[in-house]
Amino acid sequence: MTRTQLLAADGTEVRSDENERHWAVADALDDETRLGMLREMVVTRALDTEAGNLQRQGKLGLWAPSLGQEGGQAGVGFAMRPQDTLFPSYREHLMARMRGVRFEQIIDIFRGSTHGGWNPAETQNCRLYSLVIGTHALHGTGYAMGIRFDEESGSGDVDRDEAVVICYGDGASSQGDASEGLVFANTYETPTLFMVQNNKWAISVPSSTQSRTSLATRASGFGLDAAEVDGNDVLASYAVARQMLDEARTKNRPQYLELDTYRMGAHTTSDDPTRYRTRDEEEAWRQRDPIERMRAHLRSRGATDAQIASVDEEARDAAAAVRGYTMTAGSPSSDEIFDFVFSEGNESLEEQKLALARFEASFGGDA
Amino acid sequence: MTEQLPIARALNLAMRDAMTADDKVVLMGEDIGDLGGVFRVTDGLKADFGDRRVLDTPLAESGIIGTAIGLAMRGYRPVCEIQFDGFVYPGFDQIVSQLAKLTNRHRGTQPFPVVIRIPHGGHIGAIEHHQESPEGYFAHTAGLRVVAPSTANDAYWMMRQAIESDDPIIFMEPKAKYWTKGAVDTTAPAHPLHASVVAKPGEQVTLVGHSAMVHVLLQAAAIAEGEGISCEVIDLRSVAPVDYQPVVDSLRKTGRCVVAQEAPGHASIGSEVAATLMERCFYSLEAPVLRVSAFDAPFPPSQLESIYLPDADRVLDAVDRVLAY
Ligand SMILES: Cc1ncc(C[n+]2csc(CCOP(=O)(O)OP(=O)(O)O)c2C)c(N)n1
Ligand SMILES: [Mg+2]
Repeated sequence: MTRTQLLAADGTEVRSDENERHWAVADALDDETRLGMLREMVVTRALDTEAGNLQRQGKLGLWAPSLGQEGGQAGVGFAMRPQDTLFPSYREHLMARMRGVRFEQIIDIFRGSTHGGWNPAETQNCRLYSLVIGTHALHGTGYAMGIRFDEESGSGDVDRDEAVVICYGDGASSQGDASEGLVFANTYETPTLFMVQNNKWAISVPSSTQSRTSLATRASGFGLDAAEVDGNDVLASYAVARQMLDEARTKNRPQYLELDTYRMGAHTTSDDPTRYRTRDEEEAWRQRDPIERMRAHLRSRGATDAQIASVDEEARDAAAAVRGYTMTAGSPSSDEIFDFVFSEGNESLEEQKLALARFEASFGGDA
Repeated sequence: MTEQLPIARALNLAMRDAMTADDKVVLMGEDIGDLGGVFRVTDGLKADFGDRRVLDTPLAESGIIGTAIGLAMRGYRPVCEIQFDGFVYPGFDQIVSQLAKLTNRHRGTQPFPVVIRIPHGGHIGAIEHHQESPEGYFAHTAGLRVVAPSTANDAYWMMRQAIESDDPIIFMEPKAKYWTKGAVDTTAPAHPLHASVVAKPGEQVTLVGHSAMVHVLLQAAAIAEGEGISCEVIDLRSVAPVDYQPVVDSLRKTGRCVVAQEAPGHASIGSEVAATLMERCFYSLEAPVLRVSAFDAPFPPSQLESIYLPDADRVLDAVDRVLAY
């Protein structure tokens, strides 16, 4: 399978007969949108870096960096339409933000104040992060089955037809739920794009342990339209995802896009990549950084230093705001343990809540 | 309107009525369409509602439950059939780590009205994996409601109530009693979904159970009656949450209690009920609460099932023992 690339690692354009139809989509982007892509990437990277620092200072229990994966995420994020639904895993900070999730809401998960963080009805249908690897592949597929049953896809109108983007990684591709998701998507012909970020690592295990063939090749065996793209090339990711998503939504044909990218940071702040990969490997991927590539591309189209610097400034301000929030954010009340277990009250939980209140009051504090 | 129906037909009617009342109700499962399910519980529903409401799914339990969760996120009310008790485990993760926790993870902003029907229990002489009682796993999991009717009327109404509930419900069906008939009154429910009820009043010993075991307890009570011993039988109906009040009221009267179940006894529903009754009825107890369970061994080959599963004699042995204190 060929891997689509529009921008080389140094930002120069790669034009060929093979990628011509993708260029046709990318060429339609105006400069403001291209600068917007850079902005999403740069701001998210700054927030991401800040979150890592906050973890080191004990303000977060854990952080999962998206460093290096911003290109593919911005590409697919821009390819999505307002009516679409996103099922992220736990590293799609950029895509979540694009749907309207505030970064502080993601921070809340990692500082241990919530398991959820937001209400999908208020975040342009960005569903919650999902930590049990692969499980949400089925939730997204079921949701897309619902779209079909509602007849909200397949009309041919790209501004009306709905689609679902399901994100997972190379490691997740080995889970049974990931395969079952492909089976159900194929059987029920759902308007789905499986967005698989092959970042080469599942914690310490290389992607070659998950599969000896490309993941896209595997997906076509399940009957899906499958493609590979340079996931550090935001323009290519956008162009390919845009077409695949519109194919999914208008024709009810599930799509599978493998993004070739790299997790430049640690798996999480608890990880130590020096135990399993080389500096040389990391350095080679640093040469393919999606942000530098987009900056070079924008400069080649005449973007000014001031324009590019203003994005950096915006990122610094956003990071400072998140730092301010995190340093002063409080803890949830213990009611949080009891109040949402069921959709309505539960006698035994109410008793336990009361018992806890009495127990705390017995120490003379204000329970 | 009251009619005599077997439990399987009462369940079928409940799903039919729920599907007629709300077009967001969809059925999912293996072989539930043209075949009507291996126990025929969904017989005729695909013919009447079509294949968009009655889905013969791919053969994948995690897939069934996981996509049902996604459909619930989309506003549907899926009712999933697991073909046999022993085949729910491939879907276990989706039930206990997803379905059970999603309401909480969403802080109540999104309902998860998914019903998972599981034909359970022994007495049908089947091969391995077809006669188990896994309800304890689910009852142990916060966020799940677990119910188990024993009569046709309860089968009808509890299914209606389960489908109407905005919470995930594990619905255990007494497969050995699917073809046992009872009066079904479709005009109004007799009890709330989670109520436990007195199935037979008595004075000296309280017998507690759920699902098909209630029939064994009634049989034991009838035999005891012949020997001059009066037993009160409580049908728990719901094992999560448990409605303890009728059990506590009964125990305050009898002072003696036997809890019976088809599942192995260690860390089981019977353990929980016995421990709670000890806490709540300590001063009324004349004897320890005894448990009658299957053995802590895998379900045996069917030629041994009548020895493995508690029967009326094993219950009566426990009745004798509590009366001996
Ligand atoms: C079912 C399950 N098993 C193990 C884990 C622990 N775990 C968390 S992330 C991860 C690696 C996932 O790799 P991949 O799918 O490639 O995603 P990436 O982290 O690279 O984005 C593992 C093993 C988990 N969360 N869920
Ligand atoms: Mg990975």
